Amino acid sequence: MKIGIVRFPGSNCDDDCYRAVNEVLGGEAAFLWHKSHDLQGSDVIVLPGGFSYGDYLRAGAIARFSPIMREVIDFAGQGGPVLGVCNGFQVLCEARLLPGALMRNQDLRFHCHPVRVRVEQTDTPFTSEYEAGDVLSMPIAHGEGQFVAQAETLDELEANRRVIFRYVDVNGEATLEANPNGSANNIAGICNEERNVVGLMPHPERAVSELLSSVDGLGVFRSALAAGVGAGG
Amino acid sequence: MSDGTATMAERTIAITPELVEEHGLSEQEYEQILAILGREPTFPELGVFSAMWSEHCGYKNSRPLLRTLPTEGPLVIQGPGENAGVIDAGEGWAVAFKMESHNHPSAVEPYQGAATGVGGILRDVFTMGARPIAVFDSLRFGSLDSARSRYLLDGVVRGVGDYGNCVGIPTVGGETVFDPVYEKNPLVNVMCVGVMRKEGLILGTAEGVGNPVMAVGASTGRDGIHGATFASAELDDAAMDRRPQVQVGDPFTEKLLLEASLELIERDLLVGIQDMGAAGLTSSGTEMAARSGNGIDIDIELVPQREPGMTPYEILLSESQERMLLVAKPEAEQTVREVLNKWDLHAATIGRVTDDGMFRVRQGADVVVEIPVVPLVDECPTYTREGIESPDTIALREADLSPFTSFASDEEAKRALLTLLDSPTIASRRWIYEQYDTSVRTNTAVGPGSDAAVLRLDGTTRGIAASVDGNGRYVFLEPRTGGRIAVAEAARNVACSGARPVAITNCLNFGNPLGAAVYYQLSEAVAGIGEACRALGTPVTGGNVSLYNETPSGPVYPTPVIGMIGILESIDDRVPSYFQRPDSDVLLIGRTREEIGASEYLAACHGRVAGAPPRLDLDEAVRLNEFLITLARAGLALSAHDCSDGGLAVTLAECAILATGGPLGLEATLESGTSEAAALFGESQSRVVVSCDAGDTDAIIALATKHDLPVARLGTVGGTEDRFVLRVGERTIDLAPSEMGGVYDAALPRRMQSQVGLTG
Repeated sequence: MKIGIVRFPGSNCDDDCYRAVNEVLGGEAAFLWHKSHDLQGSDVIVLPGGFSYGDYLRAGAIARFSPIMREVIDFAGQGGPVLGVCNGFQVLCEARLLPGALMRNQDLRFHCHPVRVRVEQTDTPFTSEYEAGDVLSMPIAHGEGQFVAQAETLDELEANRRVIFRYVDVNGEATLEANPNGSANNIAGICNEERNVVGLMPHPERAVSELLSSVDGLGVFRSALAAGVGAGG
Repeated sequence: MSDGTATMAERTIAITPELVEEHGLSEQEYEQILAILGREPTFPELGVFSAMWSEHCGYKNSRPLLRTLPTEGPLVIQGPGENAGVIDAGEGWAVAFKMESHNHPSAVEPYQGAATGVGGILRDVFTMGARPIAVFDSLRFGSLDSARSRYLLDGVVRGVGDYGNCVGIPTVGGETVFDPVYEKNPLVNVMCVGVMRKEGLILGTAEGVGNPVMAVGASTGRDGIHGATFASAELDDAAMDRRPQVQVGDPFTEKLLLEASLELIERDLLVGIQDMGAAGLTSSGTEMAARSGNGIDIDIELVPQREPGMTPYEILLSESQERMLLVAKPEAEQTVREVLNKWDLHAATIGRVTDDGMFRVRQGADVVVEIPVVPLVDECPTYTREGIESPDTIALREADLSPFTSFASDEEAKRALLTLLDSPTIASRRWIYEQYDTSVRTNTAVGPGSDAAVLRLDGTTRGIAASVDGNGRYVFLEPRTGGRIAVAEAARNVACSGARPVAITNCLNFGNPLGAAVYYQLSEAVAGIGEACRALGTPVTGGNVSLYNETPSGPVYPTPVIGMIGILESIDDRVPSYFQRPDSDVLLIGRTREEIGASEYLAACHGRVAGAPPRLDLDEAVRLNEFLITLARAGLALSAHDCSDGGLAVTLAECAILATGGPLGLEATLESGTSEAAALFGESQSRVVVSCDAGDTDAIIALATKHDLPVARLGTVGGTEDRFVLRVGERTIDLAPSEMGGVYDAALPRRMQSQVGLTG
């Protein structure tokens, strides 16, 4: 069972994801180089946060053309579990593995602080260890995290239970004040139709120890490890 | 490729007295150049001397003063003179850290000025072989009532944020001060902290005759030419036309350069490495040669160039960002190239290390620069001037402050506290630091907004604490005391977190040193810093001098900024700054004296910058730090917060507003035997507010007494529904914690609201 973490030029949460899997949970993680076509037999793929290619042009727009992405797209097409965090979510949208797009935050400023997100669905490879309705605390750190999509896409996401995480307040309510970036329907994370590809803006890998003030992100990686074993890897 | 016509034109430029003066060199200095060369300099040589003998590179007015600072200690691995200082952090680990200013570029172009300031300081740290783990910023602006100041704050914060966020280094602490004296000359100082294994240390030396000298990273363009000289002159209105002299940052390339450099160092492929920072290729080439006692011989045509037609002068003095100079090990040249290619970076071998001690620059077959390295780098003329304190300052210091010592009513005292909580210098910095990534790399145990940031030292149970501090108003009114307090306050902040303060870096931001009053400020402040560093056992490992922070309306306050590093043997011992729970006891350690001089209270409530800054007893400061470290190890305190700007009332208000889980009430009585204003808002030094479980109060009082420190129980922390009540003499301040919190939180966003959308 191995979790492959893609390293694009400009990825900067790659080490943090590695640490969450490897040091905190004792799982096996490996780095996958963007110029390679080799997924090294990974059972789960993580596209980490950062500024791939400097986010020049548009966040994630260049990374989707990396050699490794061809393999990631094939892997996802075969039902392999793929997680995109922050910039990784942006790459997944650019690669059309997930619908919608991530625009600049509504107030046009970068935001970094803890947010609360509610787990909406647990039938994905990255949320199976949570209970639906769990409210998690984890940091966001992004300038382009406003999730937007056409009305029919949003309807479809809602109707098919594809909204996986939603920004909420202390009472678990998806209020305007709890929405840090203007995302449609307070959406913090979604999945694809087949439910094996998940993207989210908050950083679960930064909420994995008491020292970091939250352990709420551990469930994402525990779920991934369980999913990888389930996939027979 | 260089343009033959432009180069020919350069070669025929006559070296006139006017040209020498334009290069910031005096007649005497020019005589010295003639003596060193034994001939007239070429135009590029004049540029090289101008840059290397600028204040920024040569420290010509500050070097004799800096020599008086203590630079050695048991934990110092690398002191001043390298890209960054390095200290022993224990268990085989070392911390590299350095602070630098980017004031002039930020005054002209705040976004790029600040961004490239971050870029430069990151490179200074990773060229030592250390991986940067944190950035701190120390900022000064004019009043936020001015649109220009709002524009500068907005641009600088975006610049610091965008650069650090993209490279993936968290910005975890800092300070921001507002005063009209910084209106046209903001101060932007940035500190970077990095970690490495002790054996991974590498220096900026050009050892090994014949070794290849390689230019790596971005290619060289026309941006930033003469930045070092620009930074060494006053900011007049014409300076605002110097936007083209401000460099442009590319954090993405920086990230690649960081990873590639650390890989090169880890694979032991290099002899030396240095950032091409101020004065670019000139300073990196000559300084690396000087440190090894060698020469360096480069062909300017081999330097990768961004545009055609660049002359040797331009290439030598360009400050294009994200460039490094490497000296590779023999036989390693090809491997170095492979590593850089892996990271999509280019490397060009531009010359060799020589044994003749000359900085020689060729353009093909022609030699365009040939200067002996040692006199160029180490014999920069230095000046010791006579400093005379301005009589105006003396008058201000001796002003009668008695009209401001009491309050006519409870309402007036309450209004003073609310005014201070609304003062941008005191209010919540959340608007700033939430634009910074503070948690990437998952080391941030305590982030911005506390006395000191605390970072995990990965691979150990240790913690690194750090704080940046300075109070220009104190230094302005009494430079020696101000210098001492800057160090002591930084140390106290670090000790409040439970860490032992071990070493400093600094940034000395002053006006034009040719003026006797400014020189007095500089020499006295440096003396004060030295005294405090010796007493506190925190040597200086490096830093930066930024003079000429002066506009036609006068100099800025003399503003030395101290970056203090502390070590926690166990990160689990870290102590929060603010109240943790209701019903805990609140203690004041230290003595409140009749001191309202130079306070934020006088400035914010009465518009007065006057009086003497508070006294600082260095022995007491040392005892207080020892007490705080012992307290943390004993696990007796729930919180410890340094008492500084705004005095005890503001300190207690912050403890209540920022309490874990939301604002809490307080019942406290301040009995100091001083005036009401001094008790509430005086800034007496070496004071800390500690909260603890009631059962631990006696033990803490005993510990304070053992350290010969005054201690008093002030009162009790209330609950979320309780009031915040301070009694002093006949006065009572009674407020809802949420009301105070509202004022404190809204101060910056309220003022910056009109800014949104003004810049891109």
